[in-house]
Amino acid sequence: MSQFILHKENTRGHANHGWLDAHHSFSFANYYNPERMHFGVLRVLNDDSIDGGMGFGSHPHDNMEIITIPLAGAIAHKDSMGNSAVIKNGEIQVMSAGTGVSHSEFNANADEQLNLLQIWLFPNKKNVTPRYDQQTLDVAARHNNFQQILSPNADDAGVWIQQDAWFSLGKFDEGFETAYKIKKAGNGVYAFVINGEVTINGQVLSKRDGLGVWDTDSISFKANTADAEVLLMDVPMELN
Amino acid sequence: MQTTILYIGRDTEITAVMNRLLNARPEWKGLCVCKNEEAIFICKEQHVDLVLLGNGIDPDSETELKNKLLALQPGLKIIQHYGGGSGLLYGEVMSAL
Repeated sequence: MSQFILHKENTRGHANHGWLDAHHSFSFANYYNPERMHFGVLRVLNDDSIDGGMGFGSHPHDNMEIITIPLAGAIAHKDSMGNSAVIKNGEIQVMSAGTGVSHSEFNANADEQLNLLQIWLFPNKKNVTPRYDQQTLDVAARHNNFQQILSPNADDAGVWIQQDAWFSLGKFDEGFETAYKIKKAGNGVYAFVINGEVTINGQVLSKRDGLGVWDTDSISFKANTADAEVLLMDVPMELN
Repeated sequence: MQTTILYIGRDTEITAVMNRLLNARPEWKGLCVCKNEEAIFICKEQHVDLVLLGNGIDPDSETELKNKLLALQPGLKIIQHYGGGSGLLYGEVMSAL
């Protein structure tokens, strides 16, 4: 029997720092909700809006898989591994923090708002060598399709991380129905609605709602609106 | 009454950030070190409420460290700190306590 947890958009943690308007699906920074600590190895799902030219100065991370997906605008990234890049909507960035890495993240544009999803997963192996990657995605390939954008395998579609996790993005026409098969036994799926309205396993979800489903091997999906856009995060439910 | 939190991690920059973050909260007293010997010395000298294990500690060293700290302070809470002093710290500490 499958189980689920529903996180409505307006129940997320919220912090408005002026230049940064952040919504947290799970406990983060000063938002602490013991009922919202993680979904399996998915520990952070932040929905950040950052004013033009503003951002996070250099700060360290360790032992975390950090995935950044710009939804609007572009982010300028620099890190202690020597990487300097701009990641824009339609691209994905991944950083395996491992033994430790410092980076800065700023809105690359002075006159345009940046909206991004930043997602952190616990790694399946501690103290790996830090690693950075980014990829441009074929946005057309996600029309009425869950396009894989991340996996544990370097030679598979999308970026890869140090965890048995698969991410997929899809953009759907109204009325489109499909099913998503979970990639690995023991994994669950956390669905996050980027735009529009969808129904997953009978649960109606609106923009920025999240639904975690586990103890199942697949989920049913229907797009209820023309602009439905969803991120699926297929992650181990057991912490390493 | 402050909660004393001992952080051990091998990266000096992250350790410095942890020291700043832990001690920024008046209810916490942060003691942050890079070496096992320093952590053991602290646990010999004073009561610690919570230990955070940071980056770069290999499995054998971690086991040895845990055993020595628990021998000095039985029942001491020891948890893994992920993220390097970032947004997870408050939640980790609150959950552990």
